[in-house]
Formats: sequence, structure tokens, C-alpha cells
Amino acid sequence: MEPWITATLLLIIKLLAVLIVLLTLAAYLVWVERKLLARIQARFGPNRTWRFGLLQPLADVIKLMTKEDTVPEGADKRIFLLAPGMVGAAALLIFAIIPFGPVPMVITDLNVGVLFFLAFSSLGVYGVALGGWASNSKYSLLGGVRAAAQMISYEVSLGLSLVPVVMLAGSFSLVDIVNAQNRLPFILMQPVSFILFFVSAAAEIKRIPFDLPEAENELVAGYHTEYSGMRFGLFFLGEYITMIVLGGLVAIFFLGGWRGPLLPPILWFLLKVFLTVFILIWFRGTLPRLRYDRLMSIGWKVLIPVSLLNIMATGAVILIMKS
Amino acid sequence: MEWIKGFLKGFATTLKVLFRKPVTEQYPEYKRPLPARSRAVIILTRDPDGEERCVACYLCSAVCPVSCISMQSAEREDGRRYPRWFRINFARCIYCGLCEEACPTLAIQLTPHFETSQRDVLKLVYEKEDLLVNHGGKNKEYNFYRYAGVTMVGDKGTHINEEEPVDLKSNLP
Repeated sequence: MEPWITATLLLIIKLLAVLIVLLTLAAYLVWVERKLLARIQARFGPNRTWRFGLLQPLADVIKLMTKEDTVPEGADKRIFLLAPGMVGAAALLIFAIIPFGPVPMVITDLNVGVLFFLAFSSLGVYGVALGGWASNSKYSLLGGVRAAAQMISYEVSLGLSLVPVVMLAGSFSLVDIVNAQNRLPFILMQPVSFILFFVSAAAEIKRIPFDLPEAENELVAGYHTEYSGMRFGLFFLGEYITMIVLGGLVAIFFLGGWRGPLLPPILWFLLKVFLTVFILIWFRGTLPRLRYDRLMSIGWKVLIPVSLLNIMATGAVILIMKS
Repeated sequence: MEWIKGFLKGFATTLKVLFRKPVTEQYPEYKRPLPARSRAVIILTRDPDGEERCVACYLCSAVCPVSCISMQSAEREDGRRYPRWFRINFARCIYCGLCEEACPTLAIQLTPHFETSQRDVLKLVYEKEDLLVNHGGKNKEYNFYRYAGVTMVGDKGTHINEEEPVDLKSNLP
């Protein structure tokens, strides 16, 4: 067989495996989150569908699939119908560059992986903002505007917090970044950068201390107020896929990716992803929602200056080490 | 540093609760025993002799704020009144308990049994045979006709539960 056919086949197999595993993981992440949140509040969580409510994701999917797909009157129909897909697609595409094991275990090892990730996390904003705008509803519009402002602000510190990592690794490729951590994971060398990345990423995926775009108490459901059925499901699923993607990125940038003793690399990777996800859920169970002006002032007045200082300090240290 | 301490304290609390046993009572498997006086489905009770207590005075029907009680009175050969039919529409009933308070004979009473939901609303209309039970409810001993509507046989102070008349002269200083 010619080499390009084998390569294409391998790519398709990898894509399919990752897609199926990722979607299942995202569905079960909903279950894990509901269970953990419930236990944090001394409740049981879903436990009516089979043992421990393990079939709850399946039941949810059936419910969402069989619901009516409504389009509100006066909505910009084409954009309204496209927006949830954009959120889901942007989240899925980021996973293409995430290495979940040593070299063959990655869909594509882009040499501009970090930039690709930043680009696609920005594209996710379009889905949210357009979905909110096209709904022809006050709550959706407010949610969409909030989401756009928030995600654009936090993208700056998200990008800046990764600059020291790239400086240390000397490469934009995610595989190279993991390989650069063969002695010490970057969380020990760059703890400030880790905190900055974690906080801005939590804001980027609209998790609870930063979930103003969907603030239930004031905006009903924010940008997805008017969505029903599987289109709402896509927004929802996109959010959880981004959570897994974020877990993967934290593992790669700061926790040493698939590296670890004894266990096989893929297990180490999954373990690190779930650690991050658990911390995100723990955040949700603990912290209240921020006020909007505070959210903005944290982004612009704390995270961005600190990340700039961090870049300067890292640069100085690297210069001293070299000379 | 004070705020960091407060911040971490919150996380410690949630982590501690995470490993605690949930406090939820899982309803269909575990049914919490309800207090005897909690208010749900209404019954018509009988007196200790096994006669129905209801004398069809219409007080419950009159006091009912949602007008869900209706009946038709009738009279037995010995002159004792009883409802010919008695109907409560539980689709309307708000379980306020005013009928129980109004009843002079303790006939109508509310019970803690609340699981009555139905798909067909007409099944919630209970007739007399659904309402009538074979016990005295909360007060088993009470028999209205021993206290009221009977001719006094003896002298003052000889009726059931009646106190001896006060001798006014004994109150003199």
C-alpha cells in the first residue's frame, strides 16, 4: 500500500476514536459533575436511571433528541441555527492538536499548536455572541454581549499566560512543550503562569465564578435562553468538551502531559485531565458568581499586568541563565 | 493574607461535605412517618358503637373555602340524621382542615395519607363509600349522642362530664 493511504487511514481511525471517546467522556462528565455537585451539597444527585444513575446521560440525550426544535419569531434563522454548531465545532477542533500520548497518539502535531488553540478558542466566542444576537430576545442579547466582552478580555491574559511556557519550551508545538517537561513539570517552574492560565481558562469556558453570560438569576439562561432540544444540547455539550480540552491543555502546559511513572502514558494523561476537571467542579461547588464590573477589573487590572510582569521575569531569568 | 485564608476555608468546607453522607430521604423507598395531625385525605369516621358519626349538618360544606364538599341529608326512623350521599372532590380540596374544625361530631377528619394522585381527574371525586371508614379516627371514644340531644334524667350535675353545681353559699367569706 502507498504510504499516503496508510497515513490517511490512520488519521481517520484516530479521528473516529477520539471523537467517540470525547463525546462519551463529555456526556459522562455531565453525570460526574452532577454527582459531585450533589455530594458537595449533601445530596445524592441523579440515581434513578440504573445503578448510581449511570444511564442518566443516555436518558438526557433521548430527551433532548425528542424535544421540539423551536426557532423564536423574529430570529435571524440562519445564524440562529448555525451558532450552536460553531461552539461545538470549535471545541472539537481544538482537540485535534492535543497529544494524549507519545508521538503517534496525536491527531496532528502542528508546529503552531498554541496559536491554533488560541485561534479556535476565540472562534467559540462567535458561536455564543451570534447565538445570543440572533435569538431576538433581551436575555439572549445581554448574555451574548456579556460573553463577547468577557471572553475577549480573558483571551488576552490566556494568551499572555502561555508566553512564559513557550519561552521555556522554545516551541509552539504541544508535543515539544510536553517533551520540554521531562525533568520538571512547568507548574513548579511557573506557578504564577499556571494560576493565570487556570483562571482565565475558567473564564473563557464560562465556568461558575465567571458564568455571567448565562447567569440564571438575572438572564434566565443567557445566550441560550431561546434554544431548545438538541441545539441547546450542542451548546451544553460544547461547554463540557471545552472543559475536557481545557483539562488536557492544563495537563500539557503545566502538569507534564502524558509523562508519569509506572502507569501507561494515556492513563496519566486522563488522570491529569480529570484532576483539572475535578478542581473546576470544586470551584463551582464553592464560589459564588462575580459581579460584572469586578469580573472585568480582575481581567484587566490584575491578570493582564501580572502576566506581563511574569513574562518579563521569566525573560530576565532565561537571559541570566544563558549568560 | 486574611482573604486567602477565607478563600481556602470555603474550599476546605466543600471538600469536607463531599465525603459526608447525603441527608436526602429517598422518597418512594423511604417514607417518613408523618405526624398524626398532618392534613391530607379526608375520612368519615364512626362512633364507638359502629354508627356513622356524620349527622349531615352541612357545617363542613358551608365552611369549605373551595366548596368541594357536598351531601344530601336524610333521617333514620329513630330520628337520627345521616347523609344519604356524601361527596368530596379531592381535585379541588386544598386540605385546609376547616371542615374538621367545624364538625360538631368529629365525623369528618383529615389523615396523613397523601398519595392520591391520579391521571383521570374524575377518579379524585370520592363518594361516601370511599370516605367512610370503620374506626373512630383520632378520638375513638367520642360519641356525640351521649353528650348532646339527650334528655336529662337526673338532677343538675349528673350528666356526663358535667360538674356539680357550685354551692353559692360556700363562696361567702
